[in-house]
Amino acid sequence: MLDRRLFLNFDWTLLVAAVILSLIGVGNLYSSTYPHTGSATPLFLKQALWLLIGISLVAGILLFDYHSFIRYAYPFYIFCLLALVMVLLFGRTTSGSQRWLQLGFVSFQPSELAKIGLILALTRFFSENENPHGHGLRELVTPFLLLAIPLLLVFKQPDLGTSGLLVFIFFSLLAYIGLRRRTWVILGFGCAAAIPLFWRFLKEYQKTRLLTFLNPDLDPLKTGYHIIQSKIAVGSGTFWGKGFLKGTQSQLHFLPEQHTDFVFSVFAEEWGFMGCFLLLFLFLLLISRGLNIAHTSKDKAGAILAIGISAMLFWQTFINIGMVVGIVPVVGVPLPLLSYGGSSLVTTLMGIGILLNIHSRRFMLSR
Amino acid sequence: MRPKSDYIGTPEKKHTFTCINIAIIVAFSLIFFRLWYLQIIKGEYFRNLSENNRIRIQEIPAPRGIIYDREGYPLVESFPSFDVSFFRQDVQDLQALIPTLSQILTMNPEKLQARLNMAKGFSPFQSIKVKTDIQREELAAVETHRLDLPGVVVDVVIRRNYPYGSLASHLIGYLGEISPEELTREEFINHKAGYLIGKYGLEQKFEPDLMGENGGQQLEVNALGRKMRVLENVDPNPGNNLFLTLSFELQKVAEQVLAGKGGAVVVMDPQNGDILALASKPDFDPNLFARGISPESWKGLVGNPASPLQNRAIQGQFPPGSVFKIITAAAGLEEKVITPETSFHCPGSFFFGNREYLCWKKEGHGRISLRQAIVASCDVYFYQLGMRLGVDRIAKYAFALGLGQITGFPLGHEKPGLVPTSAWKLKRFKIPWQAGETLSIAIGQGYNLVTPLQIATMVSALGNEGKVYQPRLVKSIKAPHGETIKEFSPLVLKNVNISPPTLDFIREALWGAVNSPGGTGGKARIDGFDVAGKTGTAQIVQRKEGRIYSSAHEHQDHAWFACFAPVRQPQITVVVLIEHGGQGGAVAAPVARKILESYYYWQRHKAHPPPFKIARGTSPWDNEKR
Repeated sequence: MLDRRLFLNFDWTLLVAAVILSLIGVGNLYSSTYPHTGSATPLFLKQALWLLIGISLVAGILLFDYHSFIRYAYPFYIFCLLALVMVLLFGRTTSGSQRWLQLGFVSFQPSELAKIGLILALTRFFSENENPHGHGLRELVTPFLLLAIPLLLVFKQPDLGTSGLLVFIFFSLLAYIGLRRRTWVILGFGCAAAIPLFWRFLKEYQKTRLLTFLNPDLDPLKTGYHIIQSKIAVGSGTFWGKGFLKGTQSQLHFLPEQHTDFVFSVFAEEWGFMGCFLLLFLFLLLISRGLNIAHTSKDKAGAILAIGISAMLFWQTFINIGMVVGIVPVVGVPLPLLSYGGSSLVTTLMGIGILLNIHSRRFMLSR
Repeated sequence: MRPKSDYIGTPEKKHTFTCINIAIIVAFSLIFFRLWYLQIIKGEYFRNLSENNRIRIQEIPAPRGIIYDREGYPLVESFPSFDVSFFRQDVQDLQALIPTLSQILTMNPEKLQARLNMAKGFSPFQSIKVKTDIQREELAAVETHRLDLPGVVVDVVIRRNYPYGSLASHLIGYLGEISPEELTREEFINHKAGYLIGKYGLEQKFEPDLMGENGGQQLEVNALGRKMRVLENVDPNPGNNLFLTLSFELQKVAEQVLAGKGGAVVVMDPQNGDILALASKPDFDPNLFARGISPESWKGLVGNPASPLQNRAIQGQFPPGSVFKIITAAAGLEEKVITPETSFHCPGSFFFGNREYLCWKKEGHGRISLRQAIVASCDVYFYQLGMRLGVDRIAKYAFALGLGQITGFPLGHEKPGLVPTSAWKLKRFKIPWQAGETLSIAIGQGYNLVTPLQIATMVSALGNEGKVYQPRLVKSIKAPHGETIKEFSPLVLKNVNISPPTLDFIREALWGAVNSPGGTGGKARIDGFDVAGKTGTAQIVQRKEGRIYSSAHEHQDHAWFACFAPVRQPQITVVVLIEHGGQGGAVAAPVARKILESYYYWQRHKAHPPPFKIARGTSPWDNEKR
């Protein structure tokens, strides 16, 4: 059942880079949630457990040809939508947004899974509907619907960060697949026209966050303060960093969400410019391996799928780090493999697993 | 030899990949240079900032909106009080702090320790409350021991005070600490654990208007956690003020006349549905909640069999008793089963089936007309009228006058009461309607249930030519500087389809019930002020073999009196319900009369009658005279 070629053509670089990043993530969580008092399981241990689950999932994904994932893309997509609807109906609410489904002991964030669901569904559509001259507007009706349904459900939670990611992933795929120039122009105007509409649907605090990016004095007690503290944390790392567990900003809990969305500031403070450089390198490696896999894929489906996952990794990394260092507005997007959260970690590893799968099967005939 | 697929080599795809790579390199370079800027160029600057990171957020609470009566007289106050909090970051030695602090604040060390342990997992820009509402001596002690108490700070907090204690407590409501569940709601996104929010009554219903928006300061503090410099300042936005339709003076009277009894009073302006007074007894002192209620007091309130937290005016469902005869009479005239001239013979009881239905007057009323039957509240007349009408035709008029449905009172949690119909009974009990049951319904007994507020809207509708108003409690919401945020205009729920002659006839009969000889409501008569009203005595114990005489309080009848005055162009509706009070005419009518008198006095003199004494809570405003 396991073909020898699977191992011969395995992308070890990608897997090793992902595992190293995840281990850095666990170590960094150890620091950002230090000291580990209380009776509950420390978060870094939970994350380590999720990492094991994620890696076994990667192994599981490798057993199947990725074409079978694409074959079941639509049912999986529907499943993701149902989970999103369930969240809105029965989800657990924390700080005003309803994002988690409680399943026994674990809570799970369907919006994370929906990213993979969308990528698979779009892959299925575009691999079945080719247009060598570039797609026109009419052919894009289905893809837009595929985007719009999960987008609205996630936006309703509300989760601005993930909504944005879905949009970015979608347009990255369109850019790769190729549209007629005219279509791009129309889409550009369409998006520009949609911005005021989109603005009206934002919650007050979301507007404040976006505007605070342009004018930090707007909300000096919340977002503005967080951005300042995050910048202090990153900057104070200087070249070599303060050292593991020595970050004063993080150890004194000056940082908001320091184990989730702002986890990078903890890392930057303790490991300095050198550490950040290494981390950025690993992320760049991850993304460029993903693109390479797309480039060398044996068929269009594999290429589109790999592009979608690479786009997901890229945008999440860029938006998250950009937000921490103050060049992107504060929207809640986790840093792949580093932020605390089982759903996010497992989803990212699933993506890595699919990339490895495409790579390993690039010389095999698909069934 | 590796098989090359023909797919990848196309030149335009190569071009695409080049573009993607460039885009990614540009994005990563942006981050790279930003990190370079923050960590290398400005690194020392930020390192310094982080080592002396003394930037704190201190909250400035927003004053909560005030609730005013219809003339702009404040019913609640907000006053400053002092809370002790601490910042964990500034506490080097937690164990050394505890003995000193527990002594100064006269707090049990274990309790203090537990409180401080809560700080774990909190960020240092969130202070932890140690003790709320400290005494002046404690405040002085904290100030003198500043140097021994690193990280301990005193916050000014605005607390609610209810200077009139239990006055209108069911309407005003109370505050309580925000619950973990409430904290997850979007409306409380800016709230933190420990905040006080409205939990009942207007305080709860209008929480978003009253709460305002807290401000705060970004502070630079020294090593001891003391304020050095204000970096940023955001002023709090005070909450909006509520202007009620309630009249403070009438409310005082209503509460006073009910004192010591259980029951409810509703005073309404029949011309627009304004609630002038609404009292429910027993009641509670919302000040208990404002300072954080003790578990014992809470148990005392919740476990009290007299349920002081229940607002009987909107949640108490009682049989209407003879007050309901108004509806039976209107139905009879409108459905033309009788005319004003129709008379019946009342021998003191009425036989139907195998049962004898008694009139309250054992010796009977003899031959009696409709008007006289209303005036003297003859049961036998209405038994016969009820027989002619049938239950569903009676129900039609009860619904039309607003019974059996909530009135839409702004506080919510209202009970709908019950107007029985044959369809309802079949559905509810799977048994068809028994004709004999109609007899009980016709005199307001049986399954009939109403709230005092419903009776007030019904009686008002009789007085104002058939308009059922939604009771209005809040007139407007105004911003602190006076501009109106929201106006609530009077709302006519429906126009009752009862002909003017019928309404005229009933109004005159109700006037008779108070002013004619033999009228059951004679005790509500006021010379010069034409009161029109109806008494009611709602039985708790079914009288089968004559009346059961029981001295037990809970077996006593509920006493009703519902009236409006003056009979032409009424200005005031008063509904009184005394739980287990006995007969309506004897018990409830005199209570209503006191309220009417007080109103009439004000009418004539354009001044309030000499004030009633009223118990007031302890507050800085105690000595203030109105």
